[in-house]
Amino acid sequence: MDFLEYSWLIPLFPLLGTVLMLFFGRALERAHGRGLISVLCPGLVGVSFVFSLGAALQLAQQPARLFEKTVFTWVPGLPFHLANGQLARFEAAWGILVDPLSAVMILVVSFVGFLIHVYSVGYMAHEGGYYRYFGYLNLFMFNMLTLVLANNYLLMFVGWEGVGLCSYLLIGFWFQRKSASDAGKKAFVVNRVGDAGFLLGILLTFATFGTVAFTRVNEAARSGLFHSGDAALTAITLLFFIGATGKSAQIPLYVWLPDAMEGPTPVSALIHAATMVTAGVYMVARSNVLFSMAPASMKVVAIIGALTAIFAASIGLVHNDIKRVLAYSTVSQLGYMFLACGVGAFGAGIFHLSTHAYFKALLFLGAGSVIHALGGEQDLRKMGALRHKIPWTYRFFLIAALAIIGAPPLAGFFSKDEILWQAWSNPEHGWWLLWLVAFLTAGMTAFYMWRLVFLTFFGKSRVDHEVEHHIHESPKVMLVPLGVLAALSVVGGWLGWPKSLGGSNRFEQWLAPVFDGHPHAVQAAAVEPHFEAAEYTLMVLAIALAAAGVYLAYHLYVRRPEKSDQLQAQLQPVHTLLLNKYYVDELYSAVFVEGPVMGKQLGSALSQFDARIVDGGVNGAGWLTRMTSRLSIFWDTWAVDGAVRLLGFTTKVASFPVRMIQTGFVQSYALLIVLGVLSFLGYYLFR
Amino acid sequence: MEFVRNHILTITLFTPLAGAVVVMLLNKERIDAIRWVANIFAFAGFLVSLPLVFWFQSAQPGFQFTEEAMWIPSIGARYSLGIDGISLLLVMLTTVLGSISILSSWTAIQDRVKEYYVFFLVLQTGMLGVFMSLDFFLFYVFWEVMLVPMYFLIGIWVGPNKLYAAIKFFLFTLFGSVLMLLGILVLYFSYHTQFGAYTFDIRQLISLNLPLNTQIWVFLAFFVGFAIKVPMFPFHTWLPDAHVEAPTAGSVILAGVLLKMGTYGFVRFSLPLLPGASADSRIVKFMVALSLIAIIYGALVSLMQKDWKKLVAYSSVSHLGFCTLGLFALTPNGIAGSVIQQINHGISTGALFLIVGIVYERRHTREISEYGGLSNVMPVFATIFMIITMSSIGVPALNGFIGEFTILQGTFEVNKVWAGLATIGIVLGAAYMLWLYQRTMFGPITNPKNEKLADLNWRELATLVPLVIWAFWIGLYPKPYFRVLEQPVAQIVQRVRPGYYAKRAVPVPAQPVVVPAQAQVTTEK
Repeated sequence: MDFLEYSWLIPLFPLLGTVLMLFFGRALERAHGRGLISVLCPGLVGVSFVFSLGAALQLAQQPARLFEKTVFTWVPGLPFHLANGQLARFEAAWGILVDPLSAVMILVVSFVGFLIHVYSVGYMAHEGGYYRYFGYLNLFMFNMLTLVLANNYLLMFVGWEGVGLCSYLLIGFWFQRKSASDAGKKAFVVNRVGDAGFLLGILLTFATFGTVAFTRVNEAARSGLFHSGDAALTAITLLFFIGATGKSAQIPLYVWLPDAMEGPTPVSALIHAATMVTAGVYMVARSNVLFSMAPASMKVVAIIGALTAIFAASIGLVHNDIKRVLAYSTVSQLGYMFLACGVGAFGAGIFHLSTHAYFKALLFLGAGSVIHALGGEQDLRKMGALRHKIPWTYRFFLIAALAIIGAPPLAGFFSKDEILWQAWSNPEHGWWLLWLVAFLTAGMTAFYMWRLVFLTFFGKSRVDHEVEHHIHESPKVMLVPLGVLAALSVVGGWLGWPKSLGGSNRFEQWLAPVFDGHPHAVQAAAVEPHFEAAEYTLMVLAIALAAAGVYLAYHLYVRRPEKSDQLQAQLQPVHTLLLNKYYVDELYSAVFVEGPVMGKQLGSALSQFDARIVDGGVNGAGWLTRMTSRLSIFWDTWAVDGAVRLLGFTTKVASFPVRMIQTGFVQSYALLIVLGVLSFLGYYLFR
Repeated sequence: MEFVRNHILTITLFTPLAGAVVVMLLNKERIDAIRWVANIFAFAGFLVSLPLVFWFQSAQPGFQFTEEAMWIPSIGARYSLGIDGISLLLVMLTTVLGSISILSSWTAIQDRVKEYYVFFLVLQTGMLGVFMSLDFFLFYVFWEVMLVPMYFLIGIWVGPNKLYAAIKFFLFTLFGSVLMLLGILVLYFSYHTQFGAYTFDIRQLISLNLPLNTQIWVFLAFFVGFAIKVPMFPFHTWLPDAHVEAPTAGSVILAGVLLKMGTYGFVRFSLPLLPGASADSRIVKFMVALSLIAIIYGALVSLMQKDWKKLVAYSSVSHLGFCTLGLFALTPNGIAGSVIQQINHGISTGALFLIVGIVYERRHTREISEYGGLSNVMPVFATIFMIITMSSIGVPALNGFIGEFTILQGTFEVNKVWAGLATIGIVLGAAYMLWLYQRTMFGPITNPKNEKLADLNWRELATLVPLVIWAFWIGLYPKPYFRVLEQPVAQIVQRVRPGYYAKRAVPVPAQPVVVPAQAQVTTEK
């Protein structure tokens, strides 16, 4: 079977699941119980994985390692002018691109996705809305696979917004809880800020290149018409990176991710650790041709990545919610990936993306297993000594914790070491300061991760008494995915075994065709001899620091637990600052949500303005009309009509004496006539 | 068949009016009979308009299905109908929304049923006439005729403040249309001066050659008429009042179709008849500024509304800001996006008003704070509301995105800052709609009155499902829409920006371009 030809079907299998669940889920659950749903939804993702595997294997056979297919013309827009005045057509296809990069992504996404679906069957077994949960989860898989398979930025944006929507729906899955629906909304709106940047980036891509298809954009960028450092390229890449900071939770838009932990734990593992949040890294790596022609943007990416890494790690040092510590750890690790991209080591970034997907998913699922065992408890202060009670979870968790701190030869060691080495040595973008920040972050990571391990599994039990009796190991359906992820956390990095340690770094060789225009990324694998001494030194230093971090955590939380409280008391201001996450949430809330700049205050001020001034103006005009009409009535009644009546009145008054005699009686008139006649007669007679 | 084909527009136009006449003949006590007749005629109105879609030739320039007859010879007014791609879409929107909103009023309207349906069907004919007229005088007659039934629809049925709202609506619009009439007369007499004949036919008036100054004055006269109808900031305050007081179906039609008459006026009359003024940089800046204000301002004001219907009304101000922004970008994608967004707004806001209507009918309040946790009792309703919310805030794969993004593309081409400012509206749009959704649908049920609410019944589903399907159609396969719009938009762009489609010899890094054949031919006409 030609899997490449049918690779456009990969996202559609889970979509089928969504449609079935949202329309018939309730009926299915009533008729057949949850069994059918538990097989169907993970099964469809499994089919996607099989197709992805087939496509990847067939791609490896191809010399060009590129397969592009337009399924149909999606947006057939009208002509427009490019920035240089040329006429182009605003067009985007519903098309897919399978190349080494997207092959890695679909494999990681569909495989980790499949495992987490299986795990969810156990985790959500006793929750309401089972079909709704799986419907959303499958919808997420559709969108994520669309995102990584798209052959152009606009279709990528479909998946990009789609995963955001699923994240919103799944964070707010327990929508009865206000904190959950708040967190969902926050995630969506913060992401929208990033998306606006991405959208403008896409528009600028259209205006610059006349197309948004990846291969065409790359072709045009390399055509010789554009040069490294062109303003348009810098602007495009920076706008893209704004989008990436939203989706991948980097400074300044990282604030939504810790809150996103309100969702069910498998969701945190899948969306907020292994896959969706890495979309930004994928997007930057996908645009590597543009980024490597924009050195200024590269510097921004590297610096933001490094800063986010250390910033989030420092918050992770003190937090007590097991999932939030892991969330800050995710933010920090994503920082590493961006650092890698920023120093030009896109391959290393994607490598860390995939190893991180394994061990971070494992950490979250392990944490989920702990939470499950403790009946929903997430506070590290109410755990302890769990290693004998839930032994399998403990073992798997230990492997993941070793992998994330970079203990050789686990997965994290290779990918993290590669990033550190690139930050130090990359001839074009390397900078010792970046290395130092990443190096210190590695130490912090070791400390907070093992603090978490020790607080959860070692020491004395601080579990509440009612909970104590119910502690149980998770069912097999949850443990098996944990086991598979644990195995991957061990061996997942071996594909990238560096040459300096006798390997061949197959992983980066595989990706080389994608990052080809960027020789340093490719050559990074082929380390020159005189660098080796430095590389070994840095490697040993990193391992030593990680070991020191673990030992410190052991000392403070297992051997001398009272010391940690003392230390906390001594460093009170710092501790408070970290515990309150540097007050960034408060700041954002004050400025953007409640405040006068954008938020509610401006909104209410404007609604007042609308009601009082704008509508007031209308009503005022109405009032004025009515007033003038009253005035007119007044004028009409008293002046115009008054004049008329005055005339009448005057006449009346003037005629009053006359009227006195005009009585209308004939007798009176006769009398008057007689009197008149007599008067005349009298006058003439007596003159 | 030949007869039908030649008179399809007249048939579509007068089917609702025939329905109104039949309803009028019925005894007003026979409420069910009235409802059935009105629904049948409204649906028939949709069915007879369907052939337009199949018979329409999108590659053919100019107006199609034209019908001509002398009407008032003494002043040169003619009964001439015809549609191009732009009016085709709006006519279809009218017939679809018309039959849906008549269906939605089945139980909502309990008194004066006969008058209600008569007004509604007359209104339907009025709106269709506006979109079909090629004669400015005929257009004006329909434009004014439609005011009367709408006035009664707002003023009789719902709301405590309905008379105020109805009079406000009426006076506002009338004020605008009087100025518009002045503008029309200027064109009418200038045509006589230049060509020695009296006509209102816009196909003839287009050959007028007016000095820029006159054009600008006429443009401003038209502007007042159309801007009030859109409504553009700051002429929008009649809208929330009218919506709040109108019955559900009235709001659906008001938002879905009536507002489009304003944008349609701009695109059909202002741009092609007054190309000089429309492309004048002062006018463009003025229009764009008002549009951007409407986008951001409308969104911010929506954010703080406590009344569900008012929130949707203000969101219309924001969405229509996008439409006018796209129009005055004066680029093919700006204009085409604007027309598509007009359809989208009809779909999503129409559906949003239906949604408010559905809960209003159950609870008789529109206060957002009265609701909360409705997802628990109305899951189907919640799902549809979610889809429509996503459509309204422009999530890709749904219709809103196609419209907004195309408009942004068309605007970005002209001015990057304008497009950048407009994206603020997209962020805020998500904020107010999701907040609304959260406050009404999520959380536990706090108000005991909401505990027993029934989910959608079949009739309500039948009103909403077609709109949901339509939203997905435009979102996933907008090709037919762009195809019917290509010709008319090219003609308009040729008017306001002659030479836009001229080929330029510049190195080609990207894909080649197919220029619509018509656009090249009509360059200098």
